[in-house]
Amino acid sequence: MLELWTTYGIWTAMTLMYIGIIVGCVLTAVAYLTYAERKVMSAMQRRQGPMTVGPFGLLQPIADGIKLFSKETIIPSQANKIVFLLAPMLLFALALMAWAVIPFDKGWVLANINVGILYLVAISSMMVYGVIMAGWASNSQYAFLGALRSAAQMVSYEVSMGLIIVCVVLVTGSLNLQDIVEVHRPIWVQIMLLPMLVVFLISILAETNRAPFDLPEGESEITGGYMVEYSAMAFALFFLGEYSAMIMMSAMTTILFLGGWLPPFGIEALAFVPGIIWFALKTAGVLFFFIWSRATLPRFRYDQLMRLGWKIFLPLTLGWVVLVSGMLITFDALP
Amino acid sequence: MASEELLIQYLPILLFMFIACAISVAMVFGSILVAKQKPDSEKNSAYECGFEAFTDARNKFDVRFYLVCLLFIIFDLEIAFLFPWAVSLKEIGMFGFWSMMSFLGILTVGFVYEWKKGALDWE
Amino acid sequence: MVVQALAFYLFASILVLSAFFVITARNPVHSVLFLILSFFNAAGLFVLLGAEFIALTLVIVYVGAVAVLFLFVVMMLDISFADLRKGAMQYVPMGLVIGAIILTELVMLFGAWQFAPGAGQNLAVPVVELVDVTNTEALGQVLYTNYVLAFQVAGLILFIAMIGAIVLTHRRRPGIRRQVVSKQQAVRGEDVIEIRKVTTGTGA
Repeated sequence: MLELWTTYGIWTAMTLMYIGIIVGCVLTAVAYLTYAERKVMSAMQRRQGPMTVGPFGLLQPIADGIKLFSKETIIPSQANKIVFLLAPMLLFALALMAWAVIPFDKGWVLANINVGILYLVAISSMMVYGVIMAGWASNSQYAFLGALRSAAQMVSYEVSMGLIIVCVVLVTGSLNLQDIVEVHRPIWVQIMLLPMLVVFLISILAETNRAPFDLPEGESEITGGYMVEYSAMAFALFFLGEYSAMIMMSAMTTILFLGGWLPPFGIEALAFVPGIIWFALKTAGVLFFFIWSRATLPRFRYDQLMRLGWKIFLPLTLGWVVLVSGMLITFDALP
Repeated sequence: MASEELLIQYLPILLFMFIACAISVAMVFGSILVAKQKPDSEKNSAYECGFEAFTDARNKFDVRFYLVCLLFIIFDLEIAFLFPWAVSLKEIGMFGFWSMMSFLGILTVGFVYEWKKGALDWE
Repeated sequence: MVVQALAFYLFASILVLSAFFVITARNPVHSVLFLILSFFNAAGLFVLLGAEFIALTLVIVYVGAVAVLFLFVVMMLDISFADLRKGAMQYVPMGLVIGAIILTELVMLFGAWQFAPGAGQNLAVPVVELVDVTNTEALGQVLYTNYVLAFQVAGLILFIAMIGAIVLTHRRRPGIRRQVVSKQQAVRGEDVIEIRKVTTGTGA
């Protein structure tokens, strides 16, 4: 019995510590992503952005957090109270849970499961519930419309995301995230995956409801979309969940296409830099793309968005699965 | 019951799930407890442009949303079939490859049909 | 092993409880939410059995897609559920009859069923040796070759589902202008813009 306690006890304590570190890092990253977004956008629009709280406004995210925490949580009288409060919690908890399988460096992964990429797909497909539940429970026209749009949009782009992941799995021959990073990819395979990287980047914009696909929260027509009725911490959880999902999707792009923690372009001379730094830099690069496209591109119209997803991305990615698998099997290059 | 090595990888996920749920519950209810709550009927009414909502918000809506959802289920299943195939393509060789191509071919016929019918158009 | 057993009882009890709430919840939306919870716990049980691929497919397909449709239908349909419930009691006798028939069939099945000789051994021996391969690979190695017929039939069923969905739900509304990108691109400057010389002071 004592032995049981020492083995399990130490193991549990270590795991809890790792979870604590991951959650802490993710929350800090989310806080400073909002800051980075405001700063980058302000630089692109020739203004200063947050400057008042702390040097260069560095404490702004913390001030925002405290403000949101100390506000009143308004629950509309027409709303379904349990579902109303459950929706943001669900979204945020899911956005955190995804981080359990992400490998940050060689061997730095909390749960090294065989089907890591499927786990990420499963988590991102469940995110849609937070949105639908919020829209329905609020019992408000705007929230309802926003939720409908958002759900249909997320669902549409998930198809092409799934097919792109199948392409990558064909090349790597494994669903384990560490293997996906480490399997050697010949240069022609890299070039073949390049168009898929572009499609994947656009799809993750749509999947996380970011500009130019931010119709669910299009201010000019349906105000705040599904989160219009939310305030205080319930709203903050949507916000945190959305940004955490953005970082998660960027990390996923890094793992699938950009070689995770490996030095860029396989340059051995750069291998002295710890892998986690490369991983963070690559993820930050994808995040910059998120912010950049928000500052640059005008919003899509809904029919255009649906056409892009179903009539362009779906046939393209499906064709690419056939192409990649056909090439791999003819040239006998399967892993 | 499955082997221990496999399951031990899933235990952190279970723990992570509990902790993530605990954090989100603590954040919402912590805020409700700490912040001053002063509800009134005007504040708690649904957000509209200054007037009372005419009807219940949960209306009928365009059937297209159902259609998108149905098509999504079908393609999602297709993707679920693609994953084991992609992993084991080396072992199953040419036969497995053509088996999947015929499966995809059948579904492509369906896809072309829906395209021609205009089910993918949004108006 | 203790942890495994604990996890099993946790998932199993939540599964049974949420399945119970699915049929007793007053609000149909709550029913669907409990259904999702029970799918999720069923996935947990699959993981305990070592079937990780099936577990995650269950989450992706059932929770991520099928239940979304359920939720759409239940949430957004404009039906007064109170009215629906009013007449529910009159169906009780019919329901009891059908339930009794199914129960007798089940009893007969378990009482008189005999497995083909050797089926027991076949069930116990996996087709692919699960030594060095993950169970996704093991599934892939047999599904597309040994079970090719079943696989193609699955494809046909999906095909029929696709056709059926379109036939049942697709309505083309008349008088709606759609964006045709090729037409937009094909418009040339000369066709739509005319440049005229205007002399000042003449008013034309």
